[in-house]
Amino acid sequence: MTARPSPPKLALAEEQVVFERSRPGRRAGRMPALDVPAAPADAIPEAMRRRNAPLLPEVSENELVRHYTRLSQRNWGIDTGFYPLGSCSMKYNPKLAEDAAAMAGFRRLHPLQPESQTQGALQLLVELERALCAITGMAGVTFQPAAGAHGELTGLLLMKAFHENNGQQRRRVIIPDSAHGTNPASVTLAGYETQEVPSDSRGLVDVEALERMVGDDVAGFMITNPNTLGLFEENIERIAAAIHSVGGLLYYDGANLNAILGRTRPGDMGFDIVHMNLHKTFATPHGGGGPGAGPVAVSERLLPFLPGPRPIYDDASKRYRWDDVDERSIGRMHTFWGNFGILVRASSYARALGSDGLRHVAERAVLNANYLAHRLRGTYDLAFPAQPMHEFVLSARKQKARGAKAMDVAKRVLDYGFHAPTVYFPLIVDEAMMVEPTETEAVETLDAFAEAFIAIDREIDTDLETLKTAPHTAPISRPDEARAARNLVPRWYPRPTEPAHDPEDAGPEEKPSI
Amino acid sequence: MLDVLGLASVDDLFTMIPPSLRYEQPLDMPEGHTEIEVLRELGVLAARNRSVDELVCFLGGGAYDHHVPSMVWPLLGRGEFATSYTPYQPEVSQGVLQALFEYQTMISELTGLEISNASLYDGGSALGEAVHMASSATGRKAVVLAGCVNPLYVDVLRTAARGPGLEIREAGWASDGTADLEATRRLADGAAAIAVQHPSFLGSLEDVSTLAEIAHEQGAKLIVHFDLTSAGVLEAPGALGADIVVAEGQPFGNHLNFGGPYVGVIACRREDARRLPGRLVGETVDREGRRSFVLTLQAREQHIRREKATSNICTNQTLNALGTSVALAWLGPQGLKELGDTCLAKARYCRDRLIEVAGARPVFDAPIFKEFAVRLPADPVRVCERAAADGYLAGVPLARYLPGRDLDDALLVAVTERRTREEIDGLAEAVARACKEEA
Repeated sequence: MTARPSPPKLALAEEQVVFERSRPGRRAGRMPALDVPAAPADAIPEAMRRRNAPLLPEVSENELVRHYTRLSQRNWGIDTGFYPLGSCSMKYNPKLAEDAAAMAGFRRLHPLQPESQTQGALQLLVELERALCAITGMAGVTFQPAAGAHGELTGLLLMKAFHENNGQQRRRVIIPDSAHGTNPASVTLAGYETQEVPSDSRGLVDVEALERMVGDDVAGFMITNPNTLGLFEENIERIAAAIHSVGGLLYYDGANLNAILGRTRPGDMGFDIVHMNLHKTFATPHGGGGPGAGPVAVSERLLPFLPGPRPIYDDASKRYRWDDVDERSIGRMHTFWGNFGILVRASSYARALGSDGLRHVAERAVLNANYLAHRLRGTYDLAFPAQPMHEFVLSARKQKARGAKAMDVAKRVLDYGFHAPTVYFPLIVDEAMMVEPTETEAVETLDAFAEAFIAIDREIDTDLETLKTAPHTAPISRPDEARAARNLVPRWYPRPTEPAHDPEDAGPEEKPSI
Repeated sequence: MLDVLGLASVDDLFTMIPPSLRYEQPLDMPEGHTEIEVLRELGVLAARNRSVDELVCFLGGGAYDHHVPSMVWPLLGRGEFATSYTPYQPEVSQGVLQALFEYQTMISELTGLEISNASLYDGGSALGEAVHMASSATGRKAVVLAGCVNPLYVDVLRTAARGPGLEIREAGWASDGTADLEATRRLADGAAAIAVQHPSFLGSLEDVSTLAEIAHEQGAKLIVHFDLTSAGVLEAPGALGADIVVAEGQPFGNHLNFGGPYVGVIACRREDARRLPGRLVGETVDREGRRSFVLTLQAREQHIRREKATSNICTNQTLNALGTSVALAWLGPQGLKELGDTCLAKARYCRDRLIEVAGARPVFDAPIFKEFAVRLPADPVRVCERAAADGYLAGVPLARYLPGRDLDDALLVAVTERRTREEIDGLAEAVARACKEEA
């Protein structure tokens, strides 16, 4: 047996808040000497002039570079190590995407330049639309949504516009009880009411319950497939028939698209609206919380409602151009055209992988998840016994009975040199731990992670205290989240102040980490 | 691995997909390519665009050719930042959390309001979220747009208004280009908020204090869409009575990127903290009492509150927000002041040159900051085409964005610190030539 490398460690040294590095008069950037006449003193009316300069750091460039470098060393990324955060598809982010997005012809392009100056950018969008349509089996795409939840709202507004165009005011949108929190939040923002359909004993939508719930006030049904438990909704055709029979629309939440690339398509399952998370499936870096991109693909009958303007190839003029939409469009979702820089990265991914590579992505992602589930299911309960796809949900209920909760396991695995899985989601699983290894991890990484998880289970009997107080090797130990919410300190102050006491609490301690 | 699972082939992993739904043929797209080939293909596409490195950029309208400090992207491109997810595990996410805390502090300083979130999508969506906030705070459904708000932001707001059925009332602008205060007062009755862009889309500095008074008399919130690059020279809207300040953070540290990714900025007073949309970082301590940073007030958010959340936002624009804060740290207080003074001086010089050399006339006489509208003696679209042939992006012709507002002959011109006197003189001459040729 070969020796295992020691796990990656983050920097333990505390780093001052950048303002604490300030020394009066120190600075990094400067403006060139003014080569035009300075504005007269009254150019800005006195009442509008800034009285006190804003507090900004006074720090040299060298010190700033060290500051942000040290901060980065206190942060875990995919480039640091394994990041099996369920539902987030934390796969390797190819570096070629960064080179592509940094090309001056993309990065240094103003959104309001005339079409004649942006033919290449428009062509990139039109070609990416074609690829996304091929992958999803849909008819057209809007690139405006900047993230998955933004795509959800876009899709729901499309749904609303579609029904209103048919003279129908529908009221309800049905979602599974295993749905991600953005789904019901988006439903509310679109002006609809959420209704939850229960999952059955297999972790799938209870189709009979759904069939009892549908009626002609149902605007639509939102679901991921595979669902948030990593299980394929094998009754999807029957679900589609039930929703379509009352005139409702079927919405595909693309959070789990990675599992089915090239194997099956939402369009073929009967979906009318599909959002994709390009920062998941198309490997664009998530940036610690964005930017992402959440393009929405639709079937033929929803095309007239898409946000505009839309990039098209004009056969007559042999040019690419922005096509204005008519009054049926829901209108603009983004100030300009969407997160173009992310779309360039996604385009580079689609081109690099191609039809063969994308199918291989799904195969490898599902194989890795099944392999890891197989290694862990003897120690932790699988929430549902069915064969998972790209991710699986464990329950730490057995471990909880012995004294360690899912949160403890998640915190302890940080000490072993891995990021934690998603915990306490989906809500319908007691002590949920959602693991998504992705296709880009090697079998030895999966083995090492499995061994760590099994070792943690043993620690319940041998060293529960270490487990309950983990992590021990991370930059900080468990922070007091209740205090952060009770005494809100949302910014740095020059002198420590006693923040006002605020009685509302932080919400449940065992909250979903997603 | 298949052996361990007792499977014969990879197809056995997909047997749960009903045969009727299995996609057996290759996806209708090209096969994969190597890195060398992909970069070549995309290089060809990039070369079909004419970037602002090639053309001298006087375009604004919500996106600006400011200097992006060289240190920003090499630092934020570090894998530890760029390839991390939303900081759900604070113990291994202190880097992003602390950097966001610093961002929130800088936004608080620039806006004059205590609480900034960790970012929204862009300037347009930030306006939409601000109106939602005001509506939930007041229980009212209407927003009054005072002065000229960027019509692209208004389009985004109109879309966002479709869900909850918000009413948008346009008070318009007076002859000097600033908000029509009388119309605003009249329309503010029963409104959730008055929203104003400062400086306006057309460049005019707005009377934020008076608008705050009008809003507060009616029990409405004042929302100010603020140009943060002016914060070294213009008073913070929070100090003038604004309740919610939103902004586009792109000008600090973010490339033009053909419109995105940018940064939606939103800040509010402490009393509205629990209505704030999106992620918020707060300071706390760990078990050893060490200063630590966490996502906080999560009881507002979709993963806890679900259909009752203040917003649906999950993924935001964190890395771009960090770009904003790294650029602000690079500028420092002196740099920010110099930036404001430089933009102001160059914009005024540019306006003068266009008037003297190219026969332009200012649309309004209100004071400006870095952007202004002028009327040209020839069709602005044609003038811009000709100027582009000379190497200049002369501005944004306004007819398309504000039709029917007597602006068909008007051009919106933005001047950043990157423009030189020589470039401005060159623009004026190019526009003069173009106008003459079009006449």
